[in-house]
Amino acid sequence: MDLVDNLALGFSTALQWQNVLFCLLGVALGTAVGVLPGIGPTAAIAMLLPITFGFDDPTSALIMLAGIYYGAQYGGSTTAILLNLPGESSAAVTAIDGHRMALAGHAGTALAVAAIGSFVAGTVATVVLAVAAPPLSRAALSFGAAEYFSLVVLGLIASIALASGSTLKALGMIVLGILLGTVGQDLYTGAPRFTFGLRELYGGLNFVSLAVGLFGVAEILRNLHDPRTRQRIVRRVTNLWPSRADLRRIVGPVLRATGIGSALGVLPGGGHVLASYASYAVEKRISRHPERFGRGAIEGVAGPESANNAAAQTSFIPLLTLGLPAHPVMALMVGAFIIQGITPGPDVMNDQPALVWGLIASMWIGNVLLVLLNLPLIGLWVRMLTVPYSILFPTIVVFACIGTYSLGQNPYHVLAVAFFGVLGFVLVRSGCEPAPLLLGFVLGPLLEENLRRALLISRGDPSVFLTRPISAVLLVLALVALVVTALPAIRRKREVVFAEDE
Amino acid sequence: MRREQRTTPQRSVALVFLAASLAALTACVPGTDGGDSDQASGFPEDDIEVIVPFAAGGPTDTVTRMIGEPMGESLGVQIVVQNVEGAGGTVAAGQAATAAPDGYTMLMHHIGMSTAPALYDDLPYDPLTDFETVGLVTEVPMTIIARKDFEPNTLEELVAYVEANQDTVTLAHAGVGSASNLCGLLLQDAIGVTLQEVPYDGTGPALADLVGGQVDFMCDQTTNTTGQITGGEVKAYAVTTPERVESLPDLPTTTEAGLPDLQVSVWHGLYVPAGTPEDVIAVLTEALQTALADQGVIDQMADLGTAPVDADQATPEAHRALLEEQIGVWGDIIGASQGG
Repeated sequence: MDLVDNLALGFSTALQWQNVLFCLLGVALGTAVGVLPGIGPTAAIAMLLPITFGFDDPTSALIMLAGIYYGAQYGGSTTAILLNLPGESSAAVTAIDGHRMALAGHAGTALAVAAIGSFVAGTVATVVLAVAAPPLSRAALSFGAAEYFSLVVLGLIASIALASGSTLKALGMIVLGILLGTVGQDLYTGAPRFTFGLRELYGGLNFVSLAVGLFGVAEILRNLHDPRTRQRIVRRVTNLWPSRADLRRIVGPVLRATGIGSALGVLPGGGHVLASYASYAVEKRISRHPERFGRGAIEGVAGPESANNAAAQTSFIPLLTLGLPAHPVMALMVGAFIIQGITPGPDVMNDQPALVWGLIASMWIGNVLLVLLNLPLIGLWVRMLTVPYSILFPTIVVFACIGTYSLGQNPYHVLAVAFFGVLGFVLVRSGCEPAPLLLGFVLGPLLEENLRRALLISRGDPSVFLTRPISAVLLVLALVALVVTALPAIRRKREVVFAEDE
Repeated sequence: MRREQRTTPQRSVALVFLAASLAALTACVPGTDGGDSDQASGFPEDDIEVIVPFAAGGPTDTVTRMIGEPMGESLGVQIVVQNVEGAGGTVAAGQAATAAPDGYTMLMHHIGMSTAPALYDDLPYDPLTDFETVGLVTEVPMTIIARKDFEPNTLEELVAYVEANQDTVTLAHAGVGSASNLCGLLLQDAIGVTLQEVPYDGTGPALADLVGGQVDFMCDQTTNTTGQITGGEVKAYAVTTPERVESLPDLPTTTEAGLPDLQVSVWHGLYVPAGTPEDVIAVLTEALQTALADQGVIDQMADLGTAPVDADQATPEAHRALLEEQIGVWGDIIGASQGG
């Protein structure tokens, strides 16, 4: 059977000692950059790409770069949980409940759950990649601008669930995020928007600046403002490992999230950014205890982390099957292909089977390595919470500045960290949560871009959103989500009914 | 005892941070142990920085790193690539324009150097007066491609089809000011039509929608399109250079296919800030020419679907002549497209 042959070829390639070594190097570096505030996988791969130019074997180069990418997804959750410092958009969701768990003394459990969930999701996603990559990429291409627009609408409405407080404030934060996302040069006309004449802002605000400022720096300011919260952090770090009960609670979320993440990751137009948000929204929606979300729900960590890792891996599908990069990291991978003398395209899978299948197999090996690497480290990470603030805070700020500056040698990215740090502090003080803002910032540009593109292609006819079936279904789902959100009374009644049935 | 227990984890955490940051940073600071130079003028005595206006891994970055190695070898110093992104390359050019004119800061830029004056009305530099040209590097050909099931099969049929269906045809491109956009403008100009343009954020997403059949056709560099053409995912009509491309031997040139007015390539050149001494520029030009004759560079460029320019083009004079001509050409075309 083809699949068995392919996987055998893949594993025999990926298990060559130098490839295992490069895989280990990749995931270790990825974990490191994920943990460091401010340096995301895109920046890390951009920095390390030139090193791979000297590699003789393109397979090793790609295995290492891929390892950095999904390794960083792993590492990103660590600082999000421990320090409320998400390094990238998906980790922002993990920070919501993960950091609450850490504050309650369950940092070890949160980290372990994130690692276990990611491993399960990574394993399943590897199988998905091996079994169904070509048909999935075909299906993904039927997603045009109209479909992406409707998907983002659904995502934004569902994301109101990210807030545990006021729905109105959450909506306000989403809108503010969308507005911040419009800063920079307009894609369609080249006109600068909200740049205040600063050429450095033409590229828009940077996600890392926003996240580090709104979450990390704001958290520091909040702690400094109120010394009592500082002492509240529990020095007594209990139960490093999840209990049996914990594990039972995460089975459902992890499996659902793996499905959601795998499906969204395949979409080349940016589905992967939605994965962790979608998983969180789904888990909170179907939970019998939605009130626990935002206050340290273990499902709120397990779900998004699994979804995110699954999506990270399936986002390789368009690249490997068609040579089409799904996001900036994949575009860098295209660069790596080209440098190695391989023209990315639909032929790569046939012409370079050892490379493609080796890369796929290496992802599973990488996931094993990540678990082996990360589980023992949990004890160490958790003790980071015991580092005195006089050392921890300046360290975070310095690393955040180095990281954001390294993104493109643009000092405005560093200034933005300071600005959003203060803004984040003000927002938290006034009861507004930063996670929906971040989501608006990430999805806003996608929303606008696809809305305008769909209308350009349809010559201004808005009916495309309803006449294209996938788009119509997504919009109906969005409407349902909106109704459910707007009428919490319905929900409460339903729960009462369920309770009576039992 | 308590103190010790508390300091150990601090230290190990700090160490992990340090180790990780070092690992990340070593990547962007290559070795600085350049040998002494043999050049009579004493230049260069130190590493030379090349500012690249686009992301690492992109075509411009790739070309820079390809020639950077042999250039550094012949100069006896290290060529350090720095990626300064933003605003279609104008941030990087602005930075290079104000760098010290001593030859230790160069700028690699492509066709965008000549289009920026027309695209940005508040450009903080003048491409002609704020820079000295060192030489051209390569001219990357462009290809005209369409979705697989698009009706026309040849460039001639495409022209006829586009003329007849001006109101329904969609032309994708990789963003305002991108080479793909410029080629599209030139194509519309050559045919004499105004089409519905559909901009994307880079070539990747534009190609994805073309392969998915969401848009009709587009124009982009061979670097990006060759794989899709040979893989049969898109239909190709022509290549926009006077010569056919080695990696796509069956694809006719625009001249052969009946649209000789459509001549465009993504030309790359090296610049230094205005005021750089002539003998320093001469040293850099010579190193560039040496690099372009390097068989490794020729092979690597062939993989990209391009080739080094001829030696007589890798000169300050030829480079300046092309820059001047192109600023005129694009000023007219972009001005016309924005005016109406």
